[in-house]
Amino acid sequence: MAVTEAPKIVTSRLQYSDSHTLDRYLATGGYEGLKKALAMTPEAVAHEVDTASLLGRGGAGFPAGRKWAMLRKSPVSYLVINGDESEPATFKDHLLVERDPHQLVEGVLIAAYALQVTQVFIFVRGEFALGLERVQAALNDAYAHGAVGSDIFGSGFSVDVVVHPGAGAYICGEETALLESLEGKRGFPRIKPPFFPAAIGLYGEPTIVNNVETMSNLPWILMNGGAAFAALGEGRSTGTRLFALAGHVNNPGVYELEMVKTTFNDLINAPVLGGGIPHGRELKAFIPGGVSAPWFGPDQIDLPLGQDEVGAAGSMLGSGSIVVMDDHTCAVRASWRITKFFSRESCGQCTPCREGSGWLEKIMERIETGNGREQDLDLLLDACDNIAPGLTWPPQQTTICVLGPSIPSSIGSAIQMFRDEFLVHIKEGGCPYE
Amino acid sequence: MSEQARRTPVGPPRRLGTPTPAHLSSDVLERAHQLISLYPEPRSALIPLCHLAQEQDGWLTPEAMADIAGLVGVTPTEVLGTATFYDMLHTEPVGTHVVSICTNIACILNGAAELLEHAESSLGVNAGGTPIDGTITLEEAECLADCDRPPCVQVNHRFVGAQTPESFDQLVAELRAGSRAADIPNHGTLIRVRRTTGLVADPEQVASERADMAEAQAQRAAAAEAAKTASDSAGAKS
Repeated sequence: MAVTEAPKIVTSRLQYSDSHTLDRYLATGGYEGLKKALAMTPEAVAHEVDTASLLGRGGAGFPAGRKWAMLRKSPVSYLVINGDESEPATFKDHLLVERDPHQLVEGVLIAAYALQVTQVFIFVRGEFALGLERVQAALNDAYAHGAVGSDIFGSGFSVDVVVHPGAGAYICGEETALLESLEGKRGFPRIKPPFFPAAIGLYGEPTIVNNVETMSNLPWILMNGGAAFAALGEGRSTGTRLFALAGHVNNPGVYELEMVKTTFNDLINAPVLGGGIPHGRELKAFIPGGVSAPWFGPDQIDLPLGQDEVGAAGSMLGSGSIVVMDDHTCAVRASWRITKFFSRESCGQCTPCREGSGWLEKIMERIETGNGREQDLDLLLDACDNIAPGLTWPPQQTTICVLGPSIPSSIGSAIQMFRDEFLVHIKEGGCPYE
Repeated sequence: MSEQARRTPVGPPRRLGTPTPAHLSSDVLERAHQLISLYPEPRSALIPLCHLAQEQDGWLTPEAMADIAGLVGVTPTEVLGTATFYDMLHTEPVGTHVVSICTNIACILNGAAELLEHAESSLGVNAGGTPIDGTITLEEAECLADCDRPPCVQVNHRFVGAQTPESFDQLVAELRAGSRAADIPNHGTLIRVRRTTGLVADPEQVASERADMAEAQAQRAAAAEAAKTASDSAGAKS
């Protein structure tokens, strides 16, 4: 059993039913990290985060400290928090905005101080109605408490935080699409370069975009030091991380685990974590990091939950969501549903993604419903190759953003791992699992 | 098209919505102006204003879009073009309760397709449809991020937990009877908590705060510089 006794960094308050209130937050050490930060210089705060080597928790895993260092010096700059969590089977930020909004607000304020940014936008997914209300209520309380607004805690630093509701579009999780949406436009990702909004972001000004979970780690890092955070985990994957476990497991949920020290096997099967697969069934496959990631089979279950380890094995830890599929799952149906999702959520700017996702979905549907042809498998791979040439990992890109190259992941994995199943669908004219 | 209209393609400058909002109520307008004041550029308030308009009407009417266009300084077509991009903004009427059933990967592995099929047959409409009484609109949703309670169902973007076909029918009956009104407001009402501070800032106060802040920063920089010089000279001595 390798479930370590690492401290709970972002989920420590979830044992309380009133974890979202200011009273509970203050009673459990709330806003102390911010006070400590305000007594330091902004550079020292940024240095502490850099020492922690906190990797961005949104999916790309870019070190937050390095991202901050790229912020172009300018009289006007912005900090935008990405709470548009929409990657299928990812539900960690949902938990954080609903259950511990003050922790998010404190993290945001620490980041704003370190970056000397006076205007912050917290972009929360529109479907989180309760989350939006909780963050707004937390901000109202924080303003009244003197933690936000002008001259916070008498430090001379002033900052304004605005909660911005999204309106339902997966693509707005892409940081440049999020900025477009925040400017009141369609969520179309922007052409790169510039590769980072730190150079040209919101309204053309330098902007840092950080994930909700990344921000929620900051109060602990300030209180305990970056070195204490970096001491957890291994290699580049430091600290703890939220893993969202869903699909065919007895105890689906969000688990905070030390990076690298725990394996997929522990997460799925340990009684205190996933608790195994229901009905005594066997594992067929699992998705290690959101539906954009290639699948793993039972032979890779002993891989550790670390960014580089999963990357080296040919997939990604991505948004930290693990979907478990038991041996009664139809692989064709699962990958068809994922393809349908991408087809629906493609923003429509780039031809390979817009057209490719639609065609792939139609071909997958006809295989699943028993109207497939044997040459469809090659056709699928050919279409995938047009979106991400070579079907390598990490994928080659033909589109403005990475949504396009994410589409072939599930189809490629399903065909590679379960080619026989596709052929049975085609030969028998239907799904054998129905 | 009349001859006159065809001959004057350039015509007057483009119309930026209704000059004075005519459709939105005075309460909504007041909140709209507050929202606009929160952003450096008015257009950023476009989506929050669309949510507000939906709160008033239940959906995004052409009249409301014209008003919003006037408020943020774009054309009504730009509001429409933006709104149609987003799943939550409905440019056609919907029921007072939009019931969303997620059928994405975590939910479809746990009976979401069967639940949606049941919902379609019990409500008598396909996903996207509204039964004739206008109380319910059924939606097939993408992942709603409540994957530990599959199949995930939302009513007006409020989570109601995992549903079985039986509990779903009961939920629909409750919604129709209005007995869930306390925790689930009508469609369109998104955020019931209003921002209580920082709505109206005094420009002079802002300017003086900025000046104070710049001074504090300069002092900190000077202190850091002095500390650095001190340590440098200490290093040079040793």
